[in-house]
Amino acid sequence: MDLLRIVTAGSVDDGKSTLIGRLLYDSKQVFDDTLASLERASTAQGLGEVNLALLTDGLRAEREQGITIDVAYRYFATPKRKFIVADCPGHVQYTRNMVTGASTAQLALILVDARKGVIEQTRRHTAIVNLLGIRNLVLCVNKMDLVEWSEEVFRGIEAEYQAVASTLGVPEVTAIPMAAVSGANVVERAEQTPWFAGQPLLDFLEMVEPSEPAQHGAFRFPVQHVIRPQTPEHPDYRGYAGTVSAGTAEVGAEVVVLPQGIASRIEGIDRFGESHRSAGQGEAVAIRLVDDVDISRGSMLVAANGCLPGTDRFTADICWMSDTSVLRPGNRYWIKHTTRRVKCIVESLDSLFNLQTLGHLTGPEGVGLNDIARVTLKTTEPLFLDPYETSRDTGSFILIDAATRRTVAAGMVRETVAPTDPGVDF
Amino acid sequence: MTTTETLVPEATDAVLEMLESEAIFIMREVAAEFERPAILFSGGKDSIVLLRIAEKAFWPSKIPFPVLHVDTGHNFPEVLAYRDRRAAELGARLIVASVQDAIDRGELVEETGPRASRNRLQTPVLLEAIAEHRFDAAIGGARRDEEKARAKERVFSFRDEFGQWDPRNQRPELWQLYNGMHVRGEHMRVFPLSNWTELDIWRYIEREQLDIPSIYFAHEREVFERDGMVMAVSEYLPLLPGETSHCEYVRYRTVGDMTCTAAVRSHAADIRTVVAEIAATRITERGQSRADDHVSEAAMEDRKREGYF
Repeated sequence: MDLLRIVTAGSVDDGKSTLIGRLLYDSKQVFDDTLASLERASTAQGLGEVNLALLTDGLRAEREQGITIDVAYRYFATPKRKFIVADCPGHVQYTRNMVTGASTAQLALILVDARKGVIEQTRRHTAIVNLLGIRNLVLCVNKMDLVEWSEEVFRGIEAEYQAVASTLGVPEVTAIPMAAVSGANVVERAEQTPWFAGQPLLDFLEMVEPSEPAQHGAFRFPVQHVIRPQTPEHPDYRGYAGTVSAGTAEVGAEVVVLPQGIASRIEGIDRFGESHRSAGQGEAVAIRLVDDVDISRGSMLVAANGCLPGTDRFTADICWMSDTSVLRPGNRYWIKHTTRRVKCIVESLDSLFNLQTLGHLTGPEGVGLNDIARVTLKTTEPLFLDPYETSRDTGSFILIDAATRRTVAAGMVRETVAPTDPGVDF
Repeated sequence: MTTTETLVPEATDAVLEMLESEAIFIMREVAAEFERPAILFSGGKDSIVLLRIAEKAFWPSKIPFPVLHVDTGHNFPEVLAYRDRRAAELGARLIVASVQDAIDRGELVEETGPRASRNRLQTPVLLEAIAEHRFDAAIGGARRDEEKARAKERVFSFRDEFGQWDPRNQRPELWQLYNGMHVRGEHMRVFPLSNWTELDIWRYIEREQLDIPSIYFAHEREVFERDGMVMAVSEYLPLLPGETSHCEYVRYRTVGDMTCTAAVRSHAADIRTVVAEIAATRITERGQSRADDHVSEAAMEDRKREGYF
């Protein structure tokens, strides 16, 4: 069994909560007592049948207003796979919460109402998941029962969506006609769609192979913490604790320690008393090196033959998440990249991305809540960055407001640039 | 071993490996980003897994955090004995914050009546312990699949100077870039097991062959029924008129106070049969065994806002 992380996006009333409720319910993840409380709540709302949407709206304010405000995480499993679903709000004012949910997902479910087709929100949601590097998209054309399961309607929406997807450069979209309320083409194949050759949603989710997040394949290991017990049993043990963010660590492999640029070799890979020959992406281990090198949190071990040049100047797309401040050129922030935290300055604000038109607006004055902008940042110390599209872990960062300590932006590295203005003081 | 026998455990392990690595990463981020973290340990199954994760994250060093237990004074003696044993085994410093002591000092007033519970009294005692020891991070074993308010909570969950959670204004949490920055007086609750389900916990306990308190396995106990739940007879939970007790084979699915934790009728006496029963159950753990969540639809959200675990 393996694990698939999914993000769902849709607008108010297109049946997203019902779809998730359906997946949970039909995969028997809804327990009897939950169902009983659901029946009580549905009756209280004057509904004839059980409202599966009530399964997912967890906060008092959400149930009262009937909308999703923040990401909720749902879990279900079939005999083939375990699924983590980040159920995201669709409303424009909660875009930052959708970005939160999408940042850890491998696949996105984009919902549309068959009666309405592709709307402004559909474009915005698609742009966001694409920006966050999700390459596997499923267009769920829901409420097909309300358009008499018309193939023509479905094909029209599919074609319109494909056009949006190609504008954005989304490589592949799978469209499925469905009715979440009855479960048709969600878990069971719908009798009403003999013209549909694809699979029901759950079958598709069980077999899809999500695109590998790190494309370059070179070893990257940000050091989180140095383990030095200095006990009688382990007087000289020095292990660099971290998680392999790309490639593979192997005993004997030549590595370079950044930022110092010192070459060394992996002596051992430890996991709780066991020695391993290798460790792959996502594995939390402790690595020992043959040489005594000055390594601390924020250092990175990388493959000797796939080394990263450091840079203190780069362009990035950021999603602004603060409702109390505006990003402007000249502003300073903490930047957290892998396990490293340094200061940075916004050198220039290059363009704003219009999520409605999918166009870029040049010369903006500032970046406000939920805006997506291309910026050039300069850091106090060099960072070791990969472009986001080739490596999520080493291509992503957050900006932190030094005064409030809040996370104010999610950032995706686009390209490093040569320094032209070394005169910025910190 | 036949092919089918090897396939199943291996297949299950890929998920557990991923969850374990994720939790270890989070644990190490706490060690690196905070000055005074503590691990919340109740002797319950989730916090047992949490301690195992901490043990693995820092091996061969000891766990670099003290272990904090909020003791209501109504806990199962078997669980308290387990707590002390496990802390000693790990060489961890155990801090017990006692609800009873706070009541004795006159700081808290206990609910009265036959259905009185000290559940809510844990919150001020926990917050006081955090303030007294100046903890800046409290690592808990809560999971998002437990309850609908928890499904919304971040891994690094910010608490203001009053210890409160503001669910409408949570910090964005992107990728694995956890932001632990805060000012003095504020703190963070950290939940490394956020993405684990109840079944993952049990499978992990089985895989790691972890010692757990005996009450998780079927045993004969004097019990009575109240509000459809099977409760243990104890000095803290007297029978009401009309209630009668009897002996039965039961086990516990969650471990909290004796006053609010119900038992499950079962003959599952080892981890393998317990895992099988959990995999087949049709009732949630909190619905089956926790009276504290039956207060209202938003009972957990309300308690969490005040600073509950």
